[in-house]
Amino acid sequence: MTDPVLVALLVPLCPLAAFVLTWLLARRRPAAAAALSLGAITVSFALSVLLLAGQLQAPTELRAAIPWMPAGPLLIQMGVLVNPLSALMVVIVTAVSLLVQVYSLGYMKGDPGFPRFFSYLSLFSFSMLALVLADNFILLYVAWELVGLCSYLLIGFWYQKPEAARAAKKAFVVTRVGDLGFLVGILVLSVLAGTFDFREVARFVGSGSVPQGQVTLVVLLVFCGAIGKSGQFPLHVWLPDAMEGPTPVSALIHSATMVAAGVFMVARLYPIFQASAEALRVVAGLGAFTAAFAALIAIAQDDIKRVLAYSTISQLGYMMLALGAGGYGAGLFHLTTHAGFKTLLFLGAGSVIHALGTNDLRAMGGLGRRMPVTTVTMAVAVLAIAGIFPLSGFWSKDAILEAARSSGMTAAYVASLVTVFLTALYMSRLFFLAFTGASRGAQAHHESPAVMTVPMIILAAVSVLLGLIGSPLVARGIQGFLEPSAPRPSLDLGLLLLSNGLALAGILVSLAVFGPWRRPASLARAPSGFPYRVLANRFYVDELYLLVIRGVYLGLTRVIAWFDRHVVDGAVNVVGGASTRGGALLRRTIGGKVQGYALIVTGGTLAVLVLLLLAGLGVFGGGGR
Amino acid sequence: MTGAPPSPGSISVAPITLSHYLLLAALLFCIGLYGAISRKNAIGILMALELVFNAVNITLVAAGRFRPAPDAVGQLFALFVIAAAAAESVLGLAIILAIYRRRVVVNADEMDLMKH
Repeated sequence: MTDPVLVALLVPLCPLAAFVLTWLLARRRPAAAAALSLGAITVSFALSVLLLAGQLQAPTELRAAIPWMPAGPLLIQMGVLVNPLSALMVVIVTAVSLLVQVYSLGYMKGDPGFPRFFSYLSLFSFSMLALVLADNFILLYVAWELVGLCSYLLIGFWYQKPEAARAAKKAFVVTRVGDLGFLVGILVLSVLAGTFDFREVARFVGSGSVPQGQVTLVVLLVFCGAIGKSGQFPLHVWLPDAMEGPTPVSALIHSATMVAAGVFMVARLYPIFQASAEALRVVAGLGAFTAAFAALIAIAQDDIKRVLAYSTISQLGYMMLALGAGGYGAGLFHLTTHAGFKTLLFLGAGSVIHALGTNDLRAMGGLGRRMPVTTVTMAVAVLAIAGIFPLSGFWSKDAILEAARSSGMTAAYVASLVTVFLTALYMSRLFFLAFTGASRGAQAHHESPAVMTVPMIILAAVSVLLGLIGSPLVARGIQGFLEPSAPRPSLDLGLLLLSNGLALAGILVSLAVFGPWRRPASLARAPSGFPYRVLANRFYVDELYLLVIRGVYLGLTRVIAWFDRHVVDGAVNVVGGASTRGGALLRRTIGGKVQGYALIVTGGTLAVLVLLLLAGLGVFGGGGR
Repeated sequence: MTGAPPSPGSISVAPITLSHYLLLAALLFCIGLYGAISRKNAIGILMALELVFNAVNITLVAAGRFRPAPDAVGQLFALFVIAAAAAESVLGLAIILAIYRRRVVVNADEMDLMKH
């Protein structure tokens, strides 16, 4: 069991086995389905910890692959690549999976689709772990699409709800736009390099045998996949709608793991991205823009889960900014801490929704006394994401700010600072609206059961402490683990004061506007100013897309439909009509009388004879002898 | 076209060549074909078909006779054709009889069973 490659193989295979067994044996037995799924993910988690421990002792790159299928001159392999990055990711994925599955025991209790839910979670865990461990582009892409499929299945889990079915479809279609670029990028890169293997492609791109412009183009195509999956502008529109899925799904897939797959992909292919400075600048710029853009929208959302969805988009933008600005370790550090506190935020939101039966922040208020555990853990998560010293979000966010500052991209740095303020503002708004003041309608009668609160307490502890692994307090932090050449992070007191000052300002502004001192009636009413309407309508991006699709796309389809109906179908109909009419004519010659037939045969033979004779005489020109 | 070898004892008459036989056969074939197409009586059609067969037989026998090294192969073929034609005539007559018993016609104009 100590062979790391074997361990790495078993990590994704356990949930796969659970998925298959659930469908074979436990489709109608909720307890058995949950036991299978939880058992498998627990084993996976233990093995992942083993894998990470091995990497922590001696960071190496381990690879094992078997031939899968030959594709022309290329050989597609199926294999695992274990390095510090993937070891870290498998622990994040299995840990969040485990906690969310425990939480789901309470949240999904009594749902008629309970076994189905757990089987999908297992399938998702398998796909995500395969994505993390894949050693080549094809396997990565297959796993990439598999997590997309699981996302679709789980967003549309309550498929009886039309909004859920629509949201699932939207998520699938929108990410498809990015995946198209991703696939083209993968294929061009692989065909140019003659291999699908990450490390060999990276070596090939790094060798400088491809013109710089082409490298940039291909890398940006690959990045399209990350834009779609990680909800970066302009393909972010699917993620808020994805909140129609059950809340544990939002916590697992749409905050901590799958949407981070785009960030992970950029990190996994970092040597390839590094080959193009322009591409990295695009990554950083888009990340910074998305971070500020989504944070602005989050301020004006009234659905508690949508606030969190835009917050996720914004934080993913931070990670992209870090990677683009050269802060490889910082980006992944934030991915790690974000997985902790964002999962906690979603689980807290789920706990609230479970108790109240509504997502509407304007109808909540005063939950603090009724749900003490949820309130305290949420407070921790809010402070962590706001980046208050010394919680986990502070350390990773400051690492990103540091990377953005030293990259020299002033606009991106300013955007990231603004986002610090906005993040604190919208997160504390959520907290004040939901947990403080007086109730504005929705009443909670009880705290959630222990299966739901215990994961939240664990995650709250994680949100407090996890930042220490990347802080300057430890000798060799997460950045050094992931990137041995990285310098030891240092504590910049000026930056600390600046970011914490901005975050505190955000909290104070939100306290002034949404605090418990406000009358419930004024909080329950939505403001009507123009800026508010723009933000509440998400900068009208969805409407713009609809306009473009209705105007341009549907217009084009109408033209094509006309062409198809009249020209293509017309040609087919002419051919068909000609044979029908010709047949009707020839039909008259067949009267059923033998002698008539004999006459036709004789005439035909004679005609052929005459033609042959004429041809022999050379009547038809060159053919004659 | 090979000329026929001079037969012993012939003096004044021009020799009968292969062309003569083929012409005769073609004539016979055309008469037979005309009869087969134009006769109304089914038995008449059968008889006309016999003419066609015999035209073929003449061709076969003549071709066998006029080969560079004459042998009996042509005649052998002709014998087979005669045997097959006899069998075929029996079949044809049987069909005509069957139709006559069912529909009381031997008139080919009224036999349009193949249309249905």
